[in-house]
Formats: sequence, structure tokens, C-alpha cells
Amino acid sequence: MAALIEIVIDGERHQVVEGMPLAAALLRLGVTTFRTSVQGEPRAPVCGMGTCFECRVTVAGRAHQRSCLIPCSAGLIVETRHA
Amino acid sequence: MTVSSRSPDVIVVGAGVIGAACAAALSLNGLRVMLLDADFAGGGSTGVAMGHIVVLDDSDAQLALTARSRTLWTELAPGLPRDCEDERRGTLWIAATDAELAAARDRGRVLAMHGVETAILNERELARQEPHLRAGLAGALFVPDDRVLYPPAATRHLVRLAQARGATLREGCAVEAIVAGGVTVRERGGASSTIASAVVVNAAGVDAPILTPGLPIVPRKGHLIITDRYPGLCSSQLVELGYLASAHGAGGASTAFNVQPRATGQMLIGSSRELVGRDRGINEPVLRAMVRRAVDFLPDLANCSILRTWTGFRPATPDNLPLIGRWDPIDGLWIAAGHEGLGITTALATAEIITAGILSQASPISPLPFSPMRTMHPGAAELN
Repeated sequence: MAALIEIVIDGERHQVVEGMPLAAALLRLGVTTFRTSVQGEPRAPVCGMGTCFECRVTVAGRAHQRSCLIPCSAGLIVETRHA
Repeated sequence: MTVSSRSPDVIVVGAGVIGAACAAALSLNGLRVMLLDADFAGGGSTGVAMGHIVVLDDSDAQLALTARSRTLWTELAPGLPRDCEDERRGTLWIAATDAELAAARDRGRVLAMHGVETAILNERELARQEPHLRAGLAGALFVPDDRVLYPPAATRHLVRLAQARGATLREGCAVEAIVAGGVTVRERGGASSTIASAVVVNAAGVDAPILTPGLPIVPRKGHLIITDRYPGLCSSQLVELGYLASAHGAGGASTAFNVQPRATGQMLIGSSRELVGRDRGINEPVLRAMVRRAVDFLPDLANCSILRTWTGFRPATPDNLPLIGRWDPIDGLWIAAGHEGLGITTALATAEIITAGILSQASPISPLPFSPMRTMHPGAAELN
């Protein structure tokens, strides 16, 4: 069994599986709006393999990171719903 | 023989922002306009331009033209559709050193004398207004009424204004020659034909000299970069004061810090200048120098994703002033071209001068410094 680790999503601590793609972890936690489109619409993952750019979130202060390509690691700070 | 009721009063060659503005102004003054473009409206230099509506004061003539045209854009602004992304962002001319800040104060006084609102920001005030700029800059000259907009959309709007007053637009219609009394054209996939018109306006930008040999216009290449959306990284158009020194540098490539916030939260990053003919390729050393310069002023750009880079050609003239007015060697031919990097800014005032000239009316600013004939009679530009 993979270890459970703690990451911070929008200011709240959550336990996630270490090494799981961040996008999958967010979906399992019930996150539905990963980012906000240029017209203000909610967006969430489509492809899960780095192609569609719909799953972008802010990670450690860097905007527009594709969450499907980032493995969960302890202490990750994630913000969703950004432009 | 009957005169066709469909024959235009004026043919405008080139549906970039200059041609579209001329078509709109001429149509609003009751003339029947035909607007021709070899490709499509806004598809040339207009479509790859930054869209900075800016007052510049390299010369009295440039200051008069840019200030007048900015006033006209400001008047037009409430009627611009959303897709024009028009915003009164203001320009921050950034002084890196105290010497540059002293020069900025002088420029501010010149602009103020011509009714252009300005403010001088010291180091602390600049840091408060644009907190992502690097620390230790001396200050800035702020010109709050400068604007940004999306040039191809604004151009389509000007075309629609013209069409609403009866103008016709023919895209994919390449003008092969301008002759006294009309033009010869070739439609896409068609044969050559002649369209008669007593008046023709050559607004073909970098292609203007192909149709009117003797016009001193050369393509000055520029690179632009657009980033992903990072709202709040900057709020005004940021330009280094050194820009003016490098902007017209002859010879090799020059770059300067010039970043524009877009309504979407994206940023356009410029700028570069090169004289390399019509080579459209990305010059990677120039692009790298541009990015380094931008990151030097705005360090957080280093964490931003670039979506796309491209190049375009500014129609440059030897004295950095556009060619606007009658071209004597061909009866009925007017020129509206050679606006270099200020075509979006000066389009509306250019159209005003052209329209006043064709209608033999007085224009709000003196047209003399812009006469294309100055290139044939050296010294004519000093008549102002």
C-alpha cells in the first residue's frame, strides 16, 4: 500500500495517496472546479494525460500547472479556481 | 454610355487598421467607398500588432498626430464591441536611473504643455502601483489616458462602421496596379479587371511601395510573445524609458522592455526591432534577449508560461513619420502608409487628415509634416 501524505488545498489540509496524480487526488476529494476559464466558466480535467490543459491549478504559487502531470508529494500547496 | 451607379467615389487599398479607419471616415462623410484587401481585413501587420494607443513625442508632428488620434479612440471607446478588449490602462514609462527620471520629468512637461495628462511617480509610488516590478527602479512617468485594444477586432469594427454607411469590402482581391482613374485587381482564382475611381488611397502598409514605387517604406521586423493568464502581474502598459533610444536605432537588432496587460489576464511581451527584409522566422537570440530584458524588469515573468511567439513587420519611414496625403505623380492618388509601430494609435487621425484632404476641408491638425511629397522635396516636412 502506498503511504498517505498530507497536502494543502485552498488552505485546508487533506490526506492523499503519495505519488497519485494530483488531478486524481483532487477528483477523489470531490473538487469539481480546477480552474476558471477566460469567460468565467468552471473547468475540470478532460484527458488526464497533459494534452488538454483543462486541469490547471496553482502549485506552490506557480499558476497554470497541469495537475494530471504532478505526483502528490508531502506538503504540496495547491490552489484551485484561479484564472 | 452610362456611368455605373455602383462606381465608388474612393477606392481604399488595404483593409488594415489604416485602410479601415479611412473607409469609415470617408463613408461617414458621405463618400461611396470600396475597400480592397489582397487577404482579409486586419490580416496583415494590424493582426500581429500589440494594440497600444500611446502618445509619443519624438517630434511635434508625432505628438500632434498621436494625441489627436488617442482623443478619437477615446471618443470611439464606448461604442467598441467587447471583443475589441479596449481598456484605459495608461502607460508607465519606467526610469531605471535618476538621470532617466529627470528626462521623464522633461517629457512630462512637454506632454502637459500639449494637454496630455501625466504624473511623475517616485520609487515608492511606482512600487505601490506595480508591485511586481523589480525593486530599486528610480520611478516612472505615468500617462493615464493611454489605452490598449485588440487591433484586428477594432479593425473589423471600423469596417462595419464603413459598411453601415454603404461601403463595400472585397477581401481576397489583390490590387495589381494603381493607375490614374482607378486600379487593376485580380480576385482570388479569377482574372484581372479594372475598377474605376477618381480617387484611390494607398493604405497597403509595408506593401504600399510595391503599388506606388518611390514610397520610402521598409519593413522593420518585430517579435511578440503572449503568455498564459496571470491577472494582476501588471496593471498598466510597462515600457522602459530607454525604449525611445533603442526604438529607432539603425543597423542591428535592438530590444526593449515593453509589457502589456490584456483584458484576459494574459500579457503581451515586446519588443524588438530589426531590418532583415521579409524574413518572418523567429530570431531566437533576439527572442531570448527580449525575454531576459522583460524578466529583468518584471522578475515574476520567469514563472509564466509562454503560449505563442510571432513576428510582424512595421512599415518604417526614414524620418519616423507616416506618409499621409496626396501623391502628386498620379492624379487622384492619396497615401496613408508608413506608420511604423504607431499605426493602431494614429489610424483615426490619419483617416481624419485623408478625409479632410479629399474633401478639401481643413483638418484639425496640420497635414504638412506628413505629406508623402516631403520625401521628394527634402525640407518640406519642416514647413510646420
